[in-house]
Amino acid sequence: MKVVNNKTHSIDGLGIMKGRKAFTDDFSENDSLIIKVLRSPHAYAKIKTIKDEKALALEGIEMVLTHKDFKRISFTRAGQGYPEPSPHDKFVLDEYVRYVGDEVLAVVGKSEDICNKALGLIEVEYEVLDPVLDFEKAIDNKVVIHPEKEAKEMFPIGFEPLRNIAASYKMEVGDVEKSLKECDYVIRETFYTQAQAHVMLEPHTVNARMDYQNRILIYSSTQTPFHIRRIISQGLEIPLSKIRVIKPRVGGGFGGKQAIHGEMLVAYVTNKTGKPSKLTYTRKEVFESSYTRHPMRLEIALGALKSGKLKAIDCKVLSDTGAYGEHALTVFMVTGSKVLPLYNKVDSVRFGGDVVYTNHTPAGAFRGYGAIQGNFALESAVDILCKEMKIDPIKFRQMNMMKEKETSPIFEIMGEGTTGTAMIMETCKLEECVEKGLELIDWKNKYPKKIMDNKIRSVGMALAMQGSGIPYIDMGAATIKLNDDGFYNLMVGATEIGQGSDTVLTQIAAEELMTSVDKVVIYSSDTDLTPFDVGAYASSTTYVSGNAVFKAAKKLKNSMIEEAARIFETKIEDIDFDGCKFKCISKNEELSLVDFSNQITYSHEQKQLQETASYVGHKSPPPFMAGFVEIEIDKDTYEIEILNYVSVVDCGTTINPMLAKGQVDGAIVQGLGMAMFEDVIYSAKGKLISSDMLNYKIPTRLDIKNLTTVFVDSYEESGPFGAKSVGEIGIDTPPAALANAVYNALGVRIKDLPITPEKIYEELRKKS
Amino acid sequence: MKINLNINGEKKTFLIENNEYLLDVLRRNNYKSVRRGCDNTSCGVCTVLFDGKPVPSCSLLAVRCKDHEITTVEGIEKEAEKLAKHFGDLGADQCGYCNPSMALTVYALKQENKNASLEEIKEYLVGNLCRCTGYISQHEAIKRYLGDES
Repeated sequence: MKVVNNKTHSIDGLGIMKGRKAFTDDFSENDSLIIKVLRSPHAYAKIKTIKDEKALALEGIEMVLTHKDFKRISFTRAGQGYPEPSPHDKFVLDEYVRYVGDEVLAVVGKSEDICNKALGLIEVEYEVLDPVLDFEKAIDNKVVIHPEKEAKEMFPIGFEPLRNIAASYKMEVGDVEKSLKECDYVIRETFYTQAQAHVMLEPHTVNARMDYQNRILIYSSTQTPFHIRRIISQGLEIPLSKIRVIKPRVGGGFGGKQAIHGEMLVAYVTNKTGKPSKLTYTRKEVFESSYTRHPMRLEIALGALKSGKLKAIDCKVLSDTGAYGEHALTVFMVTGSKVLPLYNKVDSVRFGGDVVYTNHTPAGAFRGYGAIQGNFALESAVDILCKEMKIDPIKFRQMNMMKEKETSPIFEIMGEGTTGTAMIMETCKLEECVEKGLELIDWKNKYPKKIMDNKIRSVGMALAMQGSGIPYIDMGAATIKLNDDGFYNLMVGATEIGQGSDTVLTQIAAEELMTSVDKVVIYSSDTDLTPFDVGAYASSTTYVSGNAVFKAAKKLKNSMIEEAARIFETKIEDIDFDGCKFKCISKNEELSLVDFSNQITYSHEQKQLQETASYVGHKSPPPFMAGFVEIEIDKDTYEIEILNYVSVVDCGTTINPMLAKGQVDGAIVQGLGMAMFEDVIYSAKGKLISSDMLNYKIPTRLDIKNLTTVFVDSYEESGPFGAKSVGEIGIDTPPAALANAVYNALGVRIKDLPITPEKIYEELRKKS
Repeated sequence: MKINLNINGEKKTFLIENNEYLLDVLRRNNYKSVRRGCDNTSCGVCTVLFDGKPVPSCSLLAVRCKDHEITTVEGIEKEAEKLAKHFGDLGADQCGYCNPSMALTVYALKQENKNASLEEIKEYLVGNLCRCTGYISQHEAIKRYLGDES
């Protein structure tokens, strides 16, 4: 392979560094109407009256929009396969507000200043209702968060709104109760994971104008342009053909832009007024009114035999989806389906529970969704069990973990809303990952701990797996055309959100067409001009969209060879194409690609050569990894310093090794943030306290000493040039690895995230 | 009111409101490389150079820039190209929303201390947050840039 698995710069790095116009707001019209949203000060309330006369009288205010301006059509903000496995429980504007920050109304005016003034002049009278703020008390609470008759599920997901249940699920393989009774050792533990905020640096932003064909042209900072177009069309009853969504460069997503945010209001205003409009979230709105990771309570039981065999896993989960059920079920499913198969040799496994509504900021998609929560519980529990059994946790894992050519019944049982897809692990290099990681972290000399003057150093580890797209649901498509002068255009629906997919997909096309990256010009995510793609989520782009690009490039190469055969008046088998020239073997004549392309463009039986291909996965080959952390804890303050994080990853072929490393490095640090200090905090009345970047802390460059990220040799036959996914897997291991390291250092087990010095102190105090 | 600025070496006159922040004035006048991130000086993506020193433009009143020198990444194009090369070599670029502000900040560091140690680099750039990369690859790229005499 010449282009794939080689060091290639990002195709857009230079232009972005030089500050060229690239991001959504860079394309907003200077005369855009500004939309500002009045947000609820109450966790739960019914809007009784709205007095907006004074605001409307202000010069420069175009309109005030309330729930009365919109037809009551329920939808979900979640951008995912349609019909969605998320309940339709949201309205553009509603007479109920269900969390502090929920939309009450919108003002539309000529400037930010005027809109802000108008917001201050509007009087809203609320009937304040009791909120549900404790997710463990949500089910069958006397307060019902979604009493409205329009809230519905698109297909059975266990939706019981009158019980505050957004979704529920259960499954069992074998007989868990029976297996546990047969075990020599059984541990039962309860873990809690917190809400986490994405904190992508570009806030949610969207702008629109009517184009000269009187269609709505929307620029949106989104991970799912095609879903956005569909949701706008359904929610506002505007024909799909009248909407064009362009996704420019996106300043970070991490799942936070896998849903519709301001798009509905912007589309409505521009459609209604004919004028350009825009809505950019303030950072406070990003925190308060987008969504977070789902907080969860995970009750887990593990049972094992003296021989070291893990015999049963029982996992019961309660997940908090906040005020709306975006990705409620699918996140929940991943907590089981992309975690429990790690230990596939059990006799029985049970997984189930509920996703409940509360009056908090909604929860939604976030990198590693479900998996990081499940991983923290399972991989912490495994270390707890090993301690109980007095068995080495590495040996225990090596004995019980998934290996190549094996499978788990879970793959077939659990999908994302429906049943799953059976598959064999054609590639699973977990054994190598563990071996290599032990060596890189120097486990044998550092485990479990080393006591120094006023510090303790220790190590901890965890395993993880993920997926590569959602089989039979996620579709990606690509079109490639040959231009005169012998270069190509590659059009993909796939969504570059900063992860480097434009570069990776260009590399795949260039490799198959045997050319260089500079000869392939990519254009992505424009609902008018590029073929469909579900978007950037579920670790699908390299595997699903990459396979579509690979297929399209192969088809185009074949068409070119066919055309060359016609020119040489010979059979296709007689043509040898090397990426630069066609050679007619029998005649020993050559035609360069440049001459060939110029000829078919301008002078001889002219035609456009272009091919489109699409790809739907028939399985979702998991990437695997072993994560090892080395920490130093201050004996007096219990402050934790991360000295090194070793990640050994099997993601198949790394199409771009540097970008793959960037995905893992970035995800590790995001995962460490969740493990160590990131926390979404509310007041007793449900108001978000951590609503800016001073109160919600993400890792800075002082927090991490070193990252050691390496990849093991692996080639997944079903992936493009052997690739699996790499976007999410990195985030899964840090919480459990850190919890295990803290235990190894101090003998205390922190079971609720984040792992702070205060919690360590409390546990030590309880112990002594 | 009208203010005169020296921006990227060019003398310009901007019509501003007295309560406007520099970030908004710049973006309105098509300097789109300066971006909004957090609204309260905690993320660094709105950084410009004010008389050669990095400052967050989201919280700097435009009127205070009167007769001062403001530099955006367009004003240090060659330096940005150099940094981009080192970022590219190390895979240190992801979404890039913060990259122009990073280029300005490390350029300012280079003027002050081109022999900056890793710890000094981290300290100098601590206000430039990045949620994508995990920072380590950036630090290596910045070290190389500081030593790049080309």
